[in-house]
Amino acid sequence: MKRYSAFAIAREAARYHAGWQRAWASPAPKPHYDVIVVGAGGHGLATAYYLGKRFGITNVAVIEKGWLGGGNTGRNTTIIRSNYLQDPSAAIYEKSRALYETLSQDLNYNIMFSPRGVLMLAQTEHEIRGWKRTAQANALQGIPTEYIGPAEVRRIVPIINIDGPRYPVLGALWQPRGGTARHDAVAWGYARACSAMGMDILQKCEVTAIRQQGSRVTGVETTKGAIGCGKLAIVVAGHSGVLARMAGFRLPIESVALQALVSEPIKPVIDVVVMANTVHGYISQSDKGELVIGGGADGFNNYTQRGSFHHIEETVRALCETFPIITRLKMLRQWGGIVDMTGDRSPILSKTPLEGCFINCGWGTGGFKAIPGSGWAMAELVARGEPGPLAAPFGLDRFREGRFIDESVAAGVAH
Amino acid sequence: MLLLTCPNCGVAADETELAPGGEAHLTRRGPGSDDASFESYLFHRRNPRGVHFERWRHAHGCGKWFHAARDTVTLEVYGTYPAQCAAPPREILDRIAAKHPGFDWEGGA
Repeated sequence: MKRYSAFAIAREAARYHAGWQRAWASPAPKPHYDVIVVGAGGHGLATAYYLGKRFGITNVAVIEKGWLGGGNTGRNTTIIRSNYLQDPSAAIYEKSRALYETLSQDLNYNIMFSPRGVLMLAQTEHEIRGWKRTAQANALQGIPTEYIGPAEVRRIVPIINIDGPRYPVLGALWQPRGGTARHDAVAWGYARACSAMGMDILQKCEVTAIRQQGSRVTGVETTKGAIGCGKLAIVVAGHSGVLARMAGFRLPIESVALQALVSEPIKPVIDVVVMANTVHGYISQSDKGELVIGGGADGFNNYTQRGSFHHIEETVRALCETFPIITRLKMLRQWGGIVDMTGDRSPILSKTPLEGCFINCGWGTGGFKAIPGSGWAMAELVARGEPGPLAAPFGLDRFREGRFIDESVAAGVAH
Repeated sequence: MLLLTCPNCGVAADETELAPGGEAHLTRRGPGSDDASFESYLFHRRNPRGVHFERWRHAHGCGKWFHAARDTVTLEVYGTYPAQCAAPPREILDRIAAKHPGFDWEGGA
């Protein structure tokens, strides 16, 4: 892999840009790999990357039924924050946020991490109490967040209407080092780095069955033939239930469609991320000038990648009141992604009943922010066969033991 | 937009009139059950990509619960039936089998 640098740009400029390499290879599958990761989204690619980088395991295939980063990695609202309430969540999300800070340098790929700050509005008395509690918890966890009043909110976001009749802004939880990143670049950067380590990324290759011998996984059958493996990591978000069924176990997960939409591009009006959890809307402005808006999730099991129309109406109605300046803005696109919801709204990084098979799922509505930390912890779990300190609290056994990591408030989307 | 006909009052209700209630035909476990079956009852779900038997409540209508058979990929509704049924009616299973040859209900969990 040739490194990207200012020198490389100068070199290519001098020869009509004929020397740029493909970012990753598209090889034919080998008959056997040490580790197969199912799912070439952010989490799957990050798992493969840290397997190579931290543990020297590079005989790895990342299998993807569609195209690389074409699922939720390419469909989210790119928000990165770590202001969670519970200690295990704060630990893994903060690890992730910290990795994002230097990810561009680490991958030699500009992921455009922008620590512009994340505001989570308090629009009810309950939210005021909730965010103050979170700020206190974050102080103990060593995560810089702060509860601020409405005047400070107004200073940070001049276009906000703080005294709306239905949804007044009473305060906010402010995380100055939260922000956004370019979602596609995260997948592409990891893929390029994985490919450079000699890993195979197999796109348009759907897993159709999981091969087992006794209680141990031995490989997968795919639309490109059977491939053997020593270990299997299932990292497929919304379709985790489908893969788990092939592997012979059930998950405490239900899949629903979560929506987002973007407006036509306008001049810069908002330079932070604002999340309004009471009204299920969140908003930030992309570098292209589009307002990126996250909406609600459907309440019923759903694999349509579309979502119900009334959620758009609810989201837009609330945002129009909170940001009157955008009332005449046209929306350009709307889409949905299939999110995997657990009962306690916390993820699962776990061994499974099938020996040698590991699962990483349940990130629900907030997976993008977790990509580097999730991959970091998952690689450790797969390489060692046992979870490290970041992944340990997120095992499947927590449901049987009643050891929930309750983040149903922090997740911040209509459930 | 999802439309379901409530078998209790006969109204074809829009999804905004309804409250989803998750997978149907789960066997309710209580005191005396072993940990594994209690865990399964509380948390494990089929979450199929395809035909899903599920509970709904006509929340902004007659207020009663009912069951529906719906495809989670196409959102096609194969039929609704009363919540008192321990298994989907034969005619609904036949309608599903006409679309998905070889389909059979796996039984309640």
